[in-house]
Amino acid sequence: MTVALDIILSILLVVGGLFGLIGSYGLIRLKDRMQRLHAPTKASTVGLGTALLVSMFHGLMIGTGFSWQEVLVMIFIFVTAPITANYLAKVHLHSRHYDGQTPQTGVSTDWATFDQTPEDAEPQLPSRDS
Amino acid sequence: MFRRLYPHPYLSLFLVLTWFLLVNQWKLGSLVMAIFLATVIPLITAPYWPHRPKLNSMPALLSYVALVVWDVIVANVQVAKIVLFMPRDRIQSAWVRVPIELKSPEAIALLAGTITMTPGTVTADMSACGRVLLIHSLHAPDPDAIRDDIKSRYESRLKRIFE
Repeated sequence: MTVALDIILSILLVVGGLFGLIGSYGLIRLKDRMQRLHAPTKASTVGLGTALLVSMFHGLMIGTGFSWQEVLVMIFIFVTAPITANYLAKVHLHSRHYDGQTPQTGVSTDWATFDQTPEDAEPQLPSRDS
Repeated sequence: MFRRLYPHPYLSLFLVLTWFLLVNQWKLGSLVMAIFLATVIPLITAPYWPHRPKLNSMPALLSYVALVVWDVIVANVQVAKIVLFMPRDRIQSAWVRVPIELKSPEAIALLAGTITMTPGTVTADMSACGRVLLIHSLHAPDPDAIRDDIKSRYESRLKRIFE
């Protein structure tokens, strides 16, 4: 049983490491700023995910029991990774590097990064009851 | 009374769960601390989060999370393939605008996060009025298909969960 688990965990670790490597390789290989954003945001998620999964089950093998803290790490990674990516994308837009390439919004206001209208003290979010 | 003490019941539940995950042990003392935190933190942060999001179905939300986790794994394999094997000049990146029907800020945030985590797309921006998302796609020979896929696969589900 432990041998089987050992083998599965080793495979997972190698797969995770490979994904991390591919994500970093994507950083050098892709040519465009926005393209380079894709490789690390995603490849690192599975790389990190498998590493945490292995860490969780490793406790079972060495007898300290199943470790739950990694679940938290995983939740926070999944929640914060898109926000990091969004901020980086906004920086790219704000640097005016993509002017003329991005489509129009199609509505009356511009994209939030370029929006010049002064904000209300209370932001007007789309109303919940409609 | 309960409503005033617990402005965000799901947040409180999540905080209890988080605390137990942190201490990694099932003890009564931890439960006391967890309940204390689950009461105090939502009360302190309530002014920053005045409305209570409507949640129609918890099982539907959990199945949505499962769907997204599966899609994340698929996305990783797809992006890895593009990074490793596709010739650099054949990668057709595109900006896609996705008009959204969702109104609830929580649902829009969840949709934007989902888009970033799944196949070859990153949410780059939102229109100032909150009705259109700007998405960058790594390899999109057909940008319209990506828009339709996002709307049918994720937005319709979120609409059912939150609205």
